[in-house]
Amino acid sequence: MIAKELVVIGGGPAGLCAAIAAAESGSRVLILDRSARLGGQLIKQTHKFFGSENQYAKTRGFDIAKILLSRVDTFADLIEIWVEATVVALYPDKVLTVVQDGKYIKIQAKAIVVAAGASEKFLAFENNDLPGVYGAGAVQTLMNVYGVRPADRVLMVGSGNIGLIVSYQLMQAGVKVAAIVEAAPRIGGYKVHASKIARLGVPILTSTTVLRAVGETCVKQAVTVKLDPAWKPIPGTESVHDVDAICVAVGLTPLTSLLAMAGAMTSYIPELGGYAPILTDEHESTLADVFVAGDAAGVEEASSAMVEGRLAGLCAAKRLGYPHADFDDIVSECHAQLAGLRNGPFGCKTCAGIAKMREVRDHAR
Amino acid sequence: MLDKFGFATPEQVASRFFTEEVLKKPKAILECYEDIPCNPCVTSCPTGAITIGPDINKQPVLDPDKCTGCAVCVGACPGLAIMVAQIKEDRAWFKIPHEFLPHPAKNELWDAAGRDGRLIGVAKIEGVVLSPKTKTAIVTVSIEKAQLLRFATVVTKHA
Ligand SMILES: Cc1cc2nc3c(=O)[nH]c(=O)nc-3n(C[C@H](O)[C@H](O)[C@H](O)COP(=O)(O)OP(=O)(O)OC[C@H]3O[C@@H](n4cnc5c(N)ncnc54)[C@H](O)[C@@H]3O)c2cc1C
Ligand code: SF4
Ligand code: SF4
Repeated sequence: MIAKELVVIGGGPAGLCAAIAAAESGSRVLILDRSARLGGQLIKQTHKFFGSENQYAKTRGFDIAKILLSRVDTFADLIEIWVEATVVALYPDKVLTVVQDGKYIKIQAKAIVVAAGASEKFLAFENNDLPGVYGAGAVQTLMNVYGVRPADRVLMVGSGNIGLIVSYQLMQAGVKVAAIVEAAPRIGGYKVHASKIARLGVPILTSTTVLRAVGETCVKQAVTVKLDPAWKPIPGTESVHDVDAICVAVGLTPLTSLLAMAGAMTSYIPELGGYAPILTDEHESTLADVFVAGDAAGVEEASSAMVEGRLAGLCAAKRLGYPHADFDDIVSECHAQLAGLRNGPFGCKTCAGIAKMREVRDHAR
Repeated sequence: MLDKFGFATPEQVASRFFTEEVLKKPKAILECYEDIPCNPCVTSCPTGAITIGPDINKQPVLDPDKCTGCAVCVGACPGLAIMVAQIKEDRAWFKIPHEFLPHPAKNELWDAAGRDGRLIGVAKIEGVVLSPKTKTAIVTVSIEKAQLLRFATVVTKHA
């Protein structure tokens, strides 16, 4: 068994900011990530980010990853990094099992920040197991990490920010987007993203869903159908699209499986994306010394993931006996930044989710 | 319209434009019609012409007196929601963001599209500035003045 001070699970924006904040406080940190490259979702994001310039808005996602990684590098004496290291188990006594190079490694941590991000939701429809039916994350990984063109003509399912942004990126890669379908009567994501696509002639079909994929060995066509106000398919409104891929972008759900395994309390909170961990205001789970930040705590944005990571990293380091010299100031600044980001009509969903989470927490006490 | 199809109504568009008198000089047109947590337009503008206020979820407002039409905000806006517009004699001139390869080149003719993606005519490429920093090209185009409120982007080189 290897003993470590702070172990950060996941090297996306939340995990990297947690590691930086903890190292700034003086703690030793081990970052574990299952991919070959650190940066999480950021390395797939070729578009300029939203948010406040405090969180690198207007910088492209992969460039934000570079900025964070160069900050990690300045703490080379304190931050250790293992890549292609998947955490497969987490136990209540803060023991982790990591698989790397086909070997199982056990680590005893003093404190943990879970920053594992989120997993994609999927959609049930006929033939959704045909090759050519992708999740949006897979399309982005093929295109933007490996430079592989995933298809020639795509039907996008879902008009949240991910569906809209990935559609735009597909078009930049030379892929034709036949249409974006959205079951709800209105577009889910930011209208500025929708407008980028609309002006390029891609129809966004609201109150419409995918009925089935057509093809023997791979997707040849997609059949869509209009929905009535009760979200029931309207017979006779089917239309056929000649596409060789269907990309599903219907939302994300926090990756809480490790937390659940260790016995941390979770609760089903739709506003946060599904089962979400019950956390203190310091982002500590119901397991002492196990903190959670970023999409793993509730699906949101990289901007808030970075702030939450910073908060969790500071609090975990303090718990380990390394209070940051400006602890109180930075913590209140983090809370103020989060409140600012969550102030608008989109952020209020997260606020509602957090309020529900707190209710469950206070009830359980 | 915007909620259902993703493009603004003519009234929304008109509300962000200025009079012909004002548009004799180039001015930024902020087509950001929704409260979202975002502010790079404000922080990028060298003359302080754009304000959002303390809550970054509010929509940006342009002070046309302060705007020089420099187009820095056009390259900074992650929503690609800003263009610079100007009227020069019988043509409307625009500076727009462009993120597709190949970029247009000076003096080429390109098919122009409106906000709904429908082709509205042919635009002349008057200049292209590639910014290695933002990786968004700023393309200057001109089109007949009647298209002032309709023009949104150039889509393909005119055959
Ligand atoms: C298309 C798209 C566009 C977006 N645009 C924006 C935007 O404009 N602005 C914005 O602020 N946000 C945006 N986001 C959201 C943003 O990318 C995420 O909210 C953010 O990346 C969440 O950060 P995270 O660190 O929590 O998780 P992730 O970035 O998902 O990182 C999690 C990391 O954990 C690792 N991991 C997971 N499980 C394990 C395990 N068991 N063992 C080891 N490692 C593990 C993963 O490999 C990954 O590297 C966008 C997202 C998408 C998909
Ligand atoms: S065009 Fe230049 S001066 Fe005008 S708002 Fe944009 S950045 Fe500011
Ligand atoms: S930068 Fe663009 S999208 Fe962001 S607030 Fe300004 S105009 Fe709107």
